[in-house]
Amino acid sequence: MAVAPWAVPGVLKRMVIVIAWLAGVLFGLGLIVGGMTNPAKVLAFLDITGDWDPSLAFVMIGAIAVSFFAFRSAAKQPTSLLGLQLQMPPTTLIDRRLVIGALLFGMGWGLAGFCPGPAVASILSAGSAVWLFVISMLVGMFGHTLATRLGWL
Amino acid sequence: MTPFTPISSLIGGLLIGVSTWLMIRWLGKIAGISGIVGQLWSARHSDRGWRFAFVAGLMVSPLIYALAAPLPAVVIATSPPVLIVAGLLVGFGSRLGSGCTSGHGVCGLSRLSLRSLVATLTFMGTAALVVWLLRHGPFQGY
Repeated sequence: MAVAPWAVPGVLKRMVIVIAWLAGVLFGLGLIVGGMTNPAKVLAFLDITGDWDPSLAFVMIGAIAVSFFAFRSAAKQPTSLLGLQLQMPPTTLIDRRLVIGALLFGMGWGLAGFCPGPAVASILSAGSAVWLFVISMLVGMFGHTLATRLGWL
Repeated sequence: MTPFTPISSLIGGLLIGVSTWLMIRWLGKIAGISGIVGQLWSARHSDRGWRFAFVAGLMVSPLIYALAAPLPAVVIATSPPVLIVAGLLVGFGSRLGSGCTSGHGVCGLSRLSLRSLVATLTFMGTAALVVWLLRHGPFQGY
């Protein structure tokens, strides 16, 4: 029987890197094509009582239409196609952290029209305002890591 | 007011779906961007490579797009101080809530996770409320 190419030492590692890079590129292209990288469009989507632009609902519909089947087929298999372990979220708990975190995230998203993906995908193309947002976002993420390590959360 | 673009938005969504398919089906990982970015440094060394590769791909995507067509307009009307506050809230909140629009909104809903549904409804509702407060409610002009 032929040996899978990724069974050769070192090849698996490289394939993981290439596939992750490709997934990042496709994700970013999807955000750009879909209109998510323009905060004006995101805010117009969130402005339900104003001049509402429902376009971004179609981004969700398109993404979920594919992902739904991807996750279903992944759950049926013992490992991924490269033989790696599935890393599913460890909890199904609906607790205070989840709700307060989502509330704070929603506040920030509504203030600027940026969420993490589109912000990172705009770093090299959209100027210094994006840098300001992304650096603040990294500080916020680091603040969470620090607060967790200090036992505050 | 931005134009209604259902077709291109649907195509964009399908591309994102292919990305999440690559991540879960080939690598066994969730394409949750706040988690990938937030654990870039704190992850174990062996768990860092794919995170950096994904983020690098995300960062160069506009350069690749620009090879084929001019990039769509990016209109940021938010003032610098508000951008800083928004960034801090997005960063801290997405980590505390274990996910953002990608992790909970796309991957979580696709897995039919009730936890992700609660998170998604919460951040969508909150964001819509903030936009209403700033555009039509008592905080107009801020």
